[in-house]
Amino acid sequence: MLKVEETQSVEFSTELVNKFAEIVSRYPEGKEKSALLPILHEVQAVNGWLSSVAMDKVAAYLNIAPIEVYEVASFYSMYFLRPQGKFVLEVCRTGPCCLVGAEKIIDYIGEKLGVKEGEVTADGLFSYRGVECLAACGFAPVLQIGPEYTFYENLTTNSVDQLISDLKDKASKS
Amino acid sequence: MGRKLLLEHINVPGINTLEVYRKTGGYRAVEKAIKTMSTDEVVEEVKKSGLRGRGGAGFPTGMKWSFLAKPEGVARYLVCNADESEPGTFKDRYLMTNIPHALIEGMIVSSYALGANTSYIYVRGEMMPQIRILEKAIAEAKAAGFLGKNILGSGYDLELYVQPGGGAYICGEETALLESLEGKRGNPRIKPPFPAIAGLYGCPTVVNNVESIAAVVPIINDGGEEYAKIGIGRSTGTKLISASGNINKPGVYEIELGVSVEDFIYSEEYCGGIANGKRLKAVVAGGSSVPILPANLILNLVNGDKRLMSYESLSEGGFTTGTMLGSGGFVVLDEDQCIVRNTWNFSRFYHHESCGQCSPCREGTGWMEKVLHRLENGHGKMSDMDLLVDVSKKIEGNTICPLGDAAAWPVASAIRHFRDEFEWHVRNPTLAVKENFGLAHYADPLPELVS
Amino acid sequence: MNILNFLKLSEKVKVTIDGMPVEVEPGTSILNAARQIGGDIVPPAMCYYSKLEGSGGKCRTCLVKVSKGSEKDPRPMPKLVASCRTNVMDGMEVQNITSPEVVEARRGIVEMLLINHPLDCPVCDQAGECHLQDLAYEHGAEATRYEFDRRTFDRIDIGDKIQLHMTRCILCYRCVFVADQITENRVHGILGRGDHAEISTYIEKAIDNDFSGNVIDVCPVGALTDKTFRFKNRVWFTKPVEAHRDCPTCSGKTTLWYKGEEVLRVTARKDEFGEVEEFICNTCRFDKKETKDWVIEGPKKVSRQSVINSNHYDQLQPAQVVKKNLELMEANKEQFERATKF
Repeated sequence: MLKVEETQSVEFSTELVNKFAEIVSRYPEGKEKSALLPILHEVQAVNGWLSSVAMDKVAAYLNIAPIEVYEVASFYSMYFLRPQGKFVLEVCRTGPCCLVGAEKIIDYIGEKLGVKEGEVTADGLFSYRGVECLAACGFAPVLQIGPEYTFYENLTTNSVDQLISDLKDKASKS
Repeated sequence: MGRKLLLEHINVPGINTLEVYRKTGGYRAVEKAIKTMSTDEVVEEVKKSGLRGRGGAGFPTGMKWSFLAKPEGVARYLVCNADESEPGTFKDRYLMTNIPHALIEGMIVSSYALGANTSYIYVRGEMMPQIRILEKAIAEAKAAGFLGKNILGSGYDLELYVQPGGGAYICGEETALLESLEGKRGNPRIKPPFPAIAGLYGCPTVVNNVESIAAVVPIINDGGEEYAKIGIGRSTGTKLISASGNINKPGVYEIELGVSVEDFIYSEEYCGGIANGKRLKAVVAGGSSVPILPANLILNLVNGDKRLMSYESLSEGGFTTGTMLGSGGFVVLDEDQCIVRNTWNFSRFYHHESCGQCSPCREGTGWMEKVLHRLENGHGKMSDMDLLVDVSKKIEGNTICPLGDAAAWPVASAIRHFRDEFEWHVRNPTLAVKENFGLAHYADPLPELVS
Repeated sequence: MNILNFLKLSEKVKVTIDGMPVEVEPGTSILNAARQIGGDIVPPAMCYYSKLEGSGGKCRTCLVKVSKGSEKDPRPMPKLVASCRTNVMDGMEVQNITSPEVVEARRGIVEMLLINHPLDCPVCDQAGECHLQDLAYEHGAEATRYEFDRRTFDRIDIGDKIQLHMTRCILCYRCVFVADQITENRVHGILGRGDHAEISTYIEKAIDNDFSGNVIDVCPVGALTDKTFRFKNRVWFTKPVEAHRDCPTCSGKTTLWYKGEEVLRVTARKDEFGEVEEFICNTCRFDKKETKDWVIEGPKKVSRQSVINSNHYDQLQPAQVVKKNLELMEANKEQFERATKF
């Protein structure tokens, strides 16, 4: 059951709706539901997470029941059902990464940001979480940052420091 | 140096573009197949090549294609499985990032062979950069007339789309992938019917791994028989191996099947030996799902012969002393690694990724993770090992899809080969939290066989 | 087997289950073929529901061994198969309770289903007609090997008539199929993944339409219960009576559960496998609780084994077929021994 206070108002821009239409055109007629996963990615990229309001609007667009969207969004690990930091650092925590120190990197990021996994920093910029295998085991430890899902490989505590300060710069400029 | 078929031109600058890819001989297979071969001839070449599915199961690709039902007036689909999520495996990401056209070309030839007019590449959602790369490559191929209507004037039409996943390992299972592609939860379907009869949108569908599809290109260029000459026995051709863990040179290597495991780990051509001058303790040879083997069993067979990187040699000895080639995710553990911790980590992965549809996997994976967590953190009991083996047996073979087996095998094999390390954890709870068991006897020569 | 069935032999396929042959229509599942034979060889089914399309295959309690695939291809199937979703082939041979492998696997499944179940039967309205209770009684172990905290969920109301107690759920998906196939729109579904998956509406919403009450009848456990009957009585103290009324929405054929003069609850009529014969509407179920609303047909036939029959656990009466078959006697040894204990 939903445990988030929702105040988000969601409007899909024309650009976004055009994108939806392009996505829907990839599938045979009557199979528009196939567009659900890509559309949810698009919506999350714009809004940062998926509120029930946003999901209801997606349901209306695809002409499916809202529960069908909730079911899908809650199944996949990439969709956020609660607000996140502007940058979500998703660090791989699976076996091969841990062989070369991923656990230490995760702990270090937690210390550095001063928040627990899943929490958002006071400035609203960062949250982090351990995720399962990102298929980059040869470049471990790795983390990714959405919505572009840029990869940062062969992490060290130094490169994490650099990354966080770069992101802060990026945020202050935008 | 072994022959390279997929990664031959990996270091050519600009190989990710259509222009350079064509200069290195790219899209010859499309021209050859569509202009000079019938669809059956393409399927026949793939059958002759002996190519086996590179996603993990190792099922002959040509045979899979020949099962595809072809009812009149019903669309057929080819779906590429690029939901690469098996821990230890990152070859598909590597291939798609660097030579996207190898996959696109393979998709065109394979779609032609199967009579598909719309094909999808299902890429895991986390690989957004690769999705963009593939979309760009598709646009290039389309502009060059290799995709779209009337390809190369042959009358054959093909549209190719990239579909992002949403973050779920289970979608690498082909029917879960199809469910996901239909915009649903990634719950594997109950089989039969198999996708070859009723797959995407209920239509006949073939689902193939990225590497399998890319391998179709050299098979068509050089002929299936040529391809089958590479490799050893029923393990034909080349295979991309993702090497990771405690080695000097982690990365993706294309090997001719049949290289010895020892050469693969220690030679400069491949992994370059164990990192930091340490000794080898164990290897997970084919992605996290396959049984883990101690150093002495991965390097040699029980009869003393060298173990080779091939489907047959890796599985020699069954699960008693062998493992599997799987997806080629080769994870190397050095003497400082803790088997219990590694097993718990993998177990957590399967617990996290279980879809929750069928009861043995939904409940059993969590149970195993909890017991392993207890063992790793010094609260284990001597009876836990038997409990784990028993729970793994209750899951194995009793689930809808192979995730249950994949969750059971690493646990059962770790206890089978490293039981004393587990027992050491129970006997020395405080010490085990601080220190590791070390190499112990896991690299000792195998005892002579008594005939 | 009556003579008529033999006359139609040409079209039918022959399958043998635990040594007992039966001829069934092509396309019949092993489970349904076993139900045609009846007795102890019928595999238990926690998720399959013959009236709900697409159901089955998930709980794995109905696993059986196919020791011979068919006359044409006699190879055995490599793994145990879900009998509810595997169709018979001509000449197929199936082992259920005669296969130690199946019995062992089933014991494992029951254990899995119970490790996170609250075992709160003493306060559960489903007790006495709970399929999980029956299953555990027949196939389960006496003690659990699970030593961790059990998974819990908050109890939620989905509408004023239906209580969802997710902690007890075994994720059979039946209620989802009911909402999809019998009601006009589905507002609840499976949220989350793995062992955190739950039945929910996500945002608080009442499940409200004429046939929503049927989710209570199809629920094999006490996850979905009738709020109008909540804590009113134990089912074995109530008397089931078959009745009907002229209902504009449904067939109106129901079972009334009496305590003294009072109708405590109304359910659909269920067959010997616990499946409803015909789905009923919410008006019949929730709003017609007076004897005058109904035409009484007579007491419902309750099997001798049922706790509802006699207010106490009766001695297990092995079915006729068991007594005649030595192999089955051997296979059921444990059950016989347990029966004599009581």
